[in-house]
Amino acid sequence: MKVVVSVLFLIFSSIAAAAPPALDEAQTHRYHQLIDQVRCLVCQNRTIAESDAPLAADLRDIIGRQIAAGRSNEEIKNYLVQRYGEWVLYKPRFSAATWILWLGPAALLLAALVSAILLWRRTGRRAEPPAPDEDSLARILDDERRS
Amino acid sequence: MRLSFVLPALVVVVLIGLLGYGLTRNPSELPSALLDQPAPAFSVARLEAPDQLITQEAFAGRVAVFNVWASWCVACRAEHALIEELAERGEVAVYGLNYKDDRATAMQWLDRYGDPFVASAFDPQGQVGIDYGVAAVPETFIIDAEGIIRFKQVGPVDRETLEQTLLPLVARLKEEAA
Repeated sequence: MKVVVSVLFLIFSSIAAAAPPALDEAQTHRYHQLIDQVRCLVCQNRTIAESDAPLAADLRDIIGRQIAAGRSNEEIKNYLVQRYGEWVLYKPRFSAATWILWLGPAALLLAALVSAILLWRRTGRRAEPPAPDEDSLARILDDERRS
Repeated sequence: MRLSFVLPALVVVVLIGLLGYGLTRNPSELPSALLDQPAPAFSVARLEAPDQLITQEAFAGRVAVFNVWASWCVACRAEHALIEELAERGEVAVYGLNYKDDRATAMQWLDRYGDPFVASAFDPQGQVGIDYGVAAVPETFIIDAEGIIRFKQVGPVDRETLEQTLLPLVARLKEEAA
């Protein structure tokens, strides 16, 4: 019995270690949302939710503790950005350094659309059948006949 | 030449130029958010003297180098001789941040490889490291006499970085402070 209890204790304590410290349901939801938006600094193309790196675990822990301490998402993001830069957020905030990320694709799409429309209008016009010019046609036929 | 021929060609050339430029850059090199910001405050025990505290005040009033290291970090061993050389030149006070380490092991490491540091801050939980935006050790900060971070080296210092970046910057910052 003692063994079973201690085994259960071990299992549950390891689960507890992985979970954020005593968060209610809404807070846990925020926790998972946040760790899904923060980049792991060590393995740079993963979020800290996916990463096994010790630093990612530390950051998860910090986020959990800050949520428990009643900090808002914005405050927690500020905390991380202050230390690691805007880059740490998978969805960087709109700022002087990041506007091109936000507006660039839309601007490119717009440019592509505009040039497509311009091109389409121009080739459309060119493809119109030429207006028959009766006089010159008659003249050409006359020349043919005469020669 | 008609615009409809020139324009796509121009776009392709610009795109190739941008992609080519991208190849010359190191994607794992992160911009430091702390550049030109005051060195974050900390107050932790000294590695060598557990009963003494060290804070960012230790850097105050002169140019300082803050080297983040750990005994488990192989690259730290690689750069260590150069950090020692930097300290031996006597141009700048070199401090250490012992990051996520075990005190006894860290002390052994310093015994074996030499201790170039005026003092090392002991940061077993890595909290000071997080405040300094450390992603991976080693990292090396240069902090000016006003306590502003002026440079951050990510990864080990090599001979070229030491001679061409660290030492000239230290000299310039000392002139600024004088």
